[in-house]
Amino acid sequence: MNKNKVRMRNGITYGIVVGCWILVQIMDQTGHMTSLLKGILVPLCMYSILAISLNLTVGILGELSLGHAGFMCVGAFAGAFFTKCMENTFPNLQLRFFLAILIGAAVAGVCGILIGIPVLRLKGDYLAIVTLAFGEIIKNLINVMYIGLDKSGFHFSIKDTMSLGMDETGVVIIKGAQGITGTPKASTFFIAVLLLLLTLFIVLNLINSRTGRAIMSIRDNRIAAESIGINITKYKLMAFSISAALAGVAGVLYAHNLSTLAATPKNFGYNMSIIILVFVVLGGLGNIRGSMIAAVVLTLLPELLRGLNDYRMLIYAIVLIVMMLFNSSPKAIEIRSVFIERIKKKKEAAAKEAA
Amino acid sequence: MRKFVGFGLAAVLAFSLTACGGGSSTDATTAAPAADNETAADNKDSEASAPAAEGGSFKLGVIGPLTGPAAAYGIAVQNGVDLAVKEINAAGGVNGATLEMNSQDDEHDPEKSVNAYNTLKDWNMQMLVGAVTSKPCIAVAAETANDNLFQITPSGSAVECAAPENVFRVCFADPAQGTASAQYIGDHKLGTKIAIIYDSSTEYSSGIREAFVAEAANHGLEIVADEAFTADTNTDFSVQLDKAKDAGAELVFLPIYYQEASVILKQASDKEFAPVFFGVDGMDGILSVKNFDTSLAEGVMLLTPFSATEEGSKAFTEAYVAAYGIEPNQFAADAYDAVYAIKAAAEKAGITPEMDASAICDAMKGAMTEISIDGLTGEGMTWDAAGETGKAPKAVKIVNGVYEMQ
Repeated sequence: MNKNKVRMRNGITYGIVVGCWILVQIMDQTGHMTSLLKGILVPLCMYSILAISLNLTVGILGELSLGHAGFMCVGAFAGAFFTKCMENTFPNLQLRFFLAILIGAAVAGVCGILIGIPVLRLKGDYLAIVTLAFGEIIKNLINVMYIGLDKSGFHFSIKDTMSLGMDETGVVIIKGAQGITGTPKASTFFIAVLLLLLTLFIVLNLINSRTGRAIMSIRDNRIAAESIGINITKYKLMAFSISAALAGVAGVLYAHNLSTLAATPKNFGYNMSIIILVFVVLGGLGNIRGSMIAAVVLTLLPELLRGLNDYRMLIYAIVLIVMMLFNSSPKAIEIRSVFIERIKKKKEAAAKEAA
Repeated sequence: MRKFVGFGLAAVLAFSLTACGGGSSTDATTAAPAADNETAADNKDSEASAPAAEGGSFKLGVIGPLTGPAAAYGIAVQNGVDLAVKEINAAGGVNGATLEMNSQDDEHDPEKSVNAYNTLKDWNMQMLVGAVTSKPCIAVAAETANDNLFQITPSGSAVECAAPENVFRVCFADPAQGTASAQYIGDHKLGTKIAIIYDSSTEYSSGIREAFVAEAANHGLEIVADEAFTADTNTDFSVQLDKAKDAGAELVFLPIYYQEASVILKQASDKEFAPVFFGVDGMDGILSVKNFDTSLAEGVMLLTPFSATEEGSKAFTEAYVAAYGIEPNQFAADAYDAVYAIKAAAEKAGITPEMDASAICDAMKGAMTEISIDGLTGEGMTWDAAGETGKAPKAVKIVNGVYEMQ
């Protein structure tokens, strides 16, 4: 019975994604799609992937991470770097993009393991602060990095493009604070939805597996978990690196959706990490479907409020507060449950009358 | 319980999606895709006939940071465009048609700038002034190139901003400023031992510096100190200044923004280090820094396209102050010139508001290279097919607290 319930719940989650995709296709065919909506579809999927992957760390593993944007940044730069320098080796853009996604995920995943080994010994607030620092380090490292490519191979410098010492065939790929410019626009809504479904598949299956139960037992009671022989380090590291790899995938999507990629505080700073955390908290810790929906709503909202001009961000903030209260305050939950009871009673009464 | 919340949020999502679609459907009928061009033109005619009998209006989009730390630039551009549009409309418009403006916020973020661009596309924008800052401009330029929509950026100075052939710019590209500075210093013999203090974390500053260093040797300039700082270390410059002083620099080149420059000038005077300070257009605004002793800026030289106190820009400055209550800066002047460039090119190309954005773009691309306008930021401004402007840089020296043209 429990298994059926889980299957049903996951089915609804996949159904929502597929349903949205079908809805978008219908709207597109009938000419009801605005340019704004078309342009924002890929970011919506990207933020959903980020929210789901962070939920794995925060909701399922129970560790607060504030460096999620750092993993996204690593993935974005690894992916964009690959598509830029393999332009001649793999002329097919789709193939190159596919490989870039794999590379972005792999590099971010490896970073996750490297960071995870020392960091996961910490708990709670300490872990949060260390991951926050990691995100900032990544951003600053990329901002001083110059990498060029000429016929004799790669050149690396942390000073400027002139000290790369390239010959006349040289192309600068990563140009310090200017980042990578001219990434091809390969992200499409179809690919983004596929990746979102894949992310859901990985995370939902992980949660409902033996591994997932082990991870959740660490969250719920570390000592008890250890006493029954669960390898804490292994499972923690596993969840953390999967979460990082998925963030890397989102980063690759981000990099291939815009023609310019730079590590600014705005897109890969701690603000971004906090925004992703907001998606997760609003959607509910451990609630994968919720974090996905929260990501979509909170990304769409500022764009839909464009009509309000200067008051846009103010209204956005107020709506955010109201939504948080509605979703999580004890009083709101009480009111909501009373409301549901009433509806149930009415239904029962109606059923009785009909009988 | 959880299910209910899930459904509730799903409902909100579905509603917002449909609301979005619904809102657009009314727009979509008034005009849009090339497929139903005829109905679009018809509707537009009936719509425009009431206010402007002369022949409709061109829809001009503006993208820039209207909120956040870079808002000063975006708002200046918005005001500059607004002022030019009002003047042009009052003087009879372009080809008998008026200009209509809509500005959207990009928060100085490439991702948001693409959203802003798409919002403007839904509004049926025909020409774009923007984006204001470099990174968003590169992202938007890729989109306009894809849609073949005419774009002119007032102030996107990174080289890649004007890379597509449909994009033109009013300001100088970053390397052009560095090259021009080296030439100017060499030609006017302002000094041969040069120190550079630059911000390695912004592309603006590092781009100018790179071109300056490359050009310096051609003019007999010797770079004796080349010191960087970043956005995180922009409050203390004593190390950089000491190095410049010890190396015996006669001139300090500051390809940076005025906030940092004001700190450098203050610290240099504390160290009794008094070389010639030479800045670029980012230095414009140094006299308006709060709590800054403007006497420290005496003798500072800068290359700038615009000076509010100059004779040619008096009328503009007065109108600007009257309308918006603040002094215009170069961003406002660039934006003002951008609109007049559009006017000149539109008259040359003979475009009408009934044409779709792509046809306008094709006509404007050619016309832009044939016009020459006397703007606030340069006389006899022309554009080449690559989108770069040809105008002589102006150097000013701060004397008695005002700019003096050199």
